[in-house]
Amino acid sequence: MRVVLAEDLFLLRDGLVRMLEAYDFDVVAAVESGPELTKALAELEPDVAVVDVRLPPSHTDEGLQCALAARRARPGLPVLVLSQHVEQLYARELLADGNGGIGYLLKDRVFDADQFVDAVRRVAAGGTAMDPQVIQQLLSRRAAQAPLGGLTPREMEVLELMAQGRSNAAIAGQLVVTERAIAKHTSNIFLKLGLPVSDDDNRRVLAVIAYLDQGR
Amino acid sequence: MDASGKGRGRARRALVAGARGLVLAVVGLAGSLTLFVLSVLSIVFIVLGVGVLTTPAVLSLVRSWANWRRVVAAEWYGIRIPAAYRPFPADVRTGVVGPAERCRLMLGDPATWRDLLWLLVDMTAGFVTALLPAALIVYPLEGYALAAGLWRVFTDGTHVGWWYGFVPISGQGSAFQAAALATALLVAGYFLAPALLRVHFLLARAVLTPESGELAARVQVLTQTRRDAVDTSAAELRRIERDLHDGAQARLVAMGMDLGTIEALVEKNPQKAKELLAQARKSSAEALTELRDLVRGIHPPVLAERGLGDAVKALALRLPVTTDVDVDLPGRAEAPVESAAYFAVSEVLTNAVKHSGADRVWVDVHHTGATGMLRIAVTDNGKGGASVGAGSGLSGIERRLGTFDGILAVSSPAGGPTMVTMEIPCALS
Repeated sequence: MRVVLAEDLFLLRDGLVRMLEAYDFDVVAAVESGPELTKALAELEPDVAVVDVRLPPSHTDEGLQCALAARRARPGLPVLVLSQHVEQLYARELLADGNGGIGYLLKDRVFDADQFVDAVRRVAAGGTAMDPQVIQQLLSRRAAQAPLGGLTPREMEVLELMAQGRSNAAIAGQLVVTERAIAKHTSNIFLKLGLPVSDDDNRRVLAVIAYLDQGR
Repeated sequence: MDASGKGRGRARRALVAGARGLVLAVVGLAGSLTLFVLSVLSIVFIVLGVGVLTTPAVLSLVRSWANWRRVVAAEWYGIRIPAAYRPFPADVRTGVVGPAERCRLMLGDPATWRDLLWLLVDMTAGFVTALLPAALIVYPLEGYALAAGLWRVFTDGTHVGWWYGFVPISGQGSAFQAAALATALLVAGYFLAPALLRVHFLLARAVLTPESGELAARVQVLTQTRRDAVDTSAAELRRIERDLHDGAQARLVAMGMDLGTIEALVEKNPQKAKELLAQARKSSAEALTELRDLVRGIHPPVLAERGLGDAVKALALRLPVTTDVDVDLPGRAEAPVESAAYFAVSEVLTNAVKHSGADRVWVDVHHTGATGMLRIAVTDNGKGGASVGAGSGLSGIERRLGTFDGILAVSSPAGGPTMVTMEIPCALS
């Protein structure tokens, strides 16, 4: 799988390249600035891009803007955005086109290599990987405004993991139950929240996030 | 723009000036009269002792009242009326002697006496200059009504039964004269109403602006706000130092220690080494979280990346209360101004969420190019009753904005809604 990586701090860039290569990714370019990233994305056509939000030369949200521009040029281009802080504002902008293939994670998540690599693979396959912090903020805010349709505590757990973009199998693994039990929980959740049931995993995630994000 | 469009614009401005004048005349007279009477009574009662308690409160009200007029003047006609109140020293005493101390400080401030003088002027000359634009628009209606037949109510045509201005009404003929006068008044209003209302604010500015002899007072304000700024930043640095020392730094030490132990254990007791590794990883994650919170308190990343507008939007998304943010900023202000404005908004929003019981908040951020003012209004539908008193979060904001010659106006009647308006003079780049 061909990866373009953009990260301005040498130590982190180097570490990420080593980690990705250890998991058999092919890092075709590891760049350190916005213009270089734009060029690499246009010329190398990678399977997935891993991008730091803040990049030189402006040191603003240049990485995010480059990624969004590249996705406008090539809809659905899988992009995993990394940041030192997560903001719902940015998450919303990333998800706005509804195309999937979007990840938005705190840099801390690279501590757990297995989970991080899983997120990269999920995004590359057109799925979603939202940071647990983003989802928690969404949930706590949503719950403060209106109760979430009488979900049981277990269903809340499943909802939270689902909104992060995890598959039923992954959720089942984490909660140590069978996949069939999770499937039952998810269909209950969709019923209680009044959301249309979809076979497409990714559509399902986007629908849940949109539901949580509504009413602002 | 063509001639008719220009005429419509002028007519609209004249009408708006009339309506604003009417509101100002009524509200202004009532407010200024009440506050003047209260102030005088309060100051007289100092002799009896009761006044010591009431005077600071009443004078604070007077200041808010004057600040409201300052905000309106800048908003409507771009007339800047400087506020030069001496800030209270940070260590103003509380408890029993608190009011006495504040009373002494406020009465010693020439700005207080200027305020009182302005109340007198506002209820007389101010009232007239505010009422005139309204009268020029409304009074002609009576003239036309007379010409249209209303004159019959007052006279049967044989004697003078009514006066319209200086025109004696004694029949249809003189009623037409009244209509002519009405037209003249209306034309005058069409051209003069906005200018007349400007006069109202210029008058307020003339009374409220410190004389050049009071340059010393300005210097004192600057000295005080500078001391506040230095104190605040020193306290901030101290807090950051302590947070780093007790937080991230301590965690890194613990992590290094754990790694040392792991090195020793990795062959003898791999199970224990694994446990310690997990613990080290947890420590590093916690250190990162702490650093992130610290960074957010120093200078929020969104503010650095996107500027004030998006930073306030991001902030609103973190609140448990539905918050509508409306931003109109054609550029970015200087970093210190952005930062001060952001933390001021943050504090006001925190107050609104914590104390007001509001379930909806509106934030409006905009910059007026003509006056070079960054204006931020935070409104909530809570229970009201917020005030800029010693020790409240709002006075901290006032202090912070003071460094930039910014002002803060709070309108928070019991029962709500609360509206906090902040203005900071600044240019956008």
